[in-house]
Amino acid sequence: MNMNDAPALTADAGLTIAGKTYNSRLLVGSGKYKDLDETRLATEASGADIITVAIRRVNIGQDPNAPSLLDVVPPSRYTILPNTAGCYNAEDAVYTLQLARELLNGHKLVKLEVLGDEKTLFPNMPETLKAADTLVKDGFDVMVYCSDDPIQARMLEDIGVVAVMPLASLIGSGMGILNPWNLSLIIEQSRIPVLVDAGVGTASDAAIAMELGCDGVLMNTAIAGARDPVRMARAMKLAVEAGREAFLAGRVPKRFAASPSSPMAGRVV
Amino acid sequence: MQIELNGKPHALADGADLAQLIAALELSGKAVAVAVNRQVVPSQLWAGRVLADADRVDVVRAIGGG
Repeated sequence: MNMNDAPALTADAGLTIAGKTYNSRLLVGSGKYKDLDETRLATEASGADIITVAIRRVNIGQDPNAPSLLDVVPPSRYTILPNTAGCYNAEDAVYTLQLARELLNGHKLVKLEVLGDEKTLFPNMPETLKAADTLVKDGFDVMVYCSDDPIQARMLEDIGVVAVMPLASLIGSGMGILNPWNLSLIIEQSRIPVLVDAGVGTASDAAIAMELGCDGVLMNTAIAGARDPVRMARAMKLAVEAGREAFLAGRVPKRFAASPSSPMAGRVV
Repeated sequence: MQIELNGKPHALADGADLAQLIAALELSGKAVAVAVNRQVVPSQLWAGRVLADADRVDVVRAIGGG
């Protein structure tokens, strides 16, 4: 057989959420950039299909014709994922996403996050579960920022959310994957996509998340806060792809003893 | 009359509806969503949604966030 005729590798099937398949397993936030131009360039470099946005009150009196986020991250090109960042109870989160649905012309896919306190931004799980239940019954497709607790993740799945998104470490901390064992438990049990949301600091963190078997990774600070955000966006794209490929390929088992890579037979000495 | 617009007092002519408020803010045709007293009002219903004194109106948009 001619070496050049080797069969092509099967492409990764992509990430399916709520019945729609996305090429990229990297989801990115649109916050913390220095300006809209940097937002646009980094978003493009990330290769992400799904971009999170925040919903906020319009500044009354500000120039209504100033360029807006949706001009540089257009819904015609990207799937916009409105979040509930800054909400500390279920009622506020549900209200925010009802506004988002109207803003985005009936768009159903949303990111729910109900926070516990400002110091940790850890999810308030009782309120998160309450909001998830209301939103699912109201017809939303809900992706949920949650604790890395397999029991809470299962409760969310039972409610009917479309993805669970446990934190790898605190939002914006860049501390990486602090409890891979909990993530593995969630990945193993879940029949819906599991994405790491929050805590990724650099490319290797994203690769580790994917190697664990996560379906995707969502990040914002790791890209926007890097010295060169556009370059880091590309690094994250490559890391998520590399980690996914490694997961699909199946890593070698770790072993205590060495194992030579070169054959022992036929040595010249 | 006086309404509360995005958390702040806002003077408005009696009998004004949401469409007039949004037009006065120069936000007609912009990507915004509106709620009155925490009830979302679809844009096609702004005209004719007459506001009352002390109504709480939220006008929101999408901004950068993670």
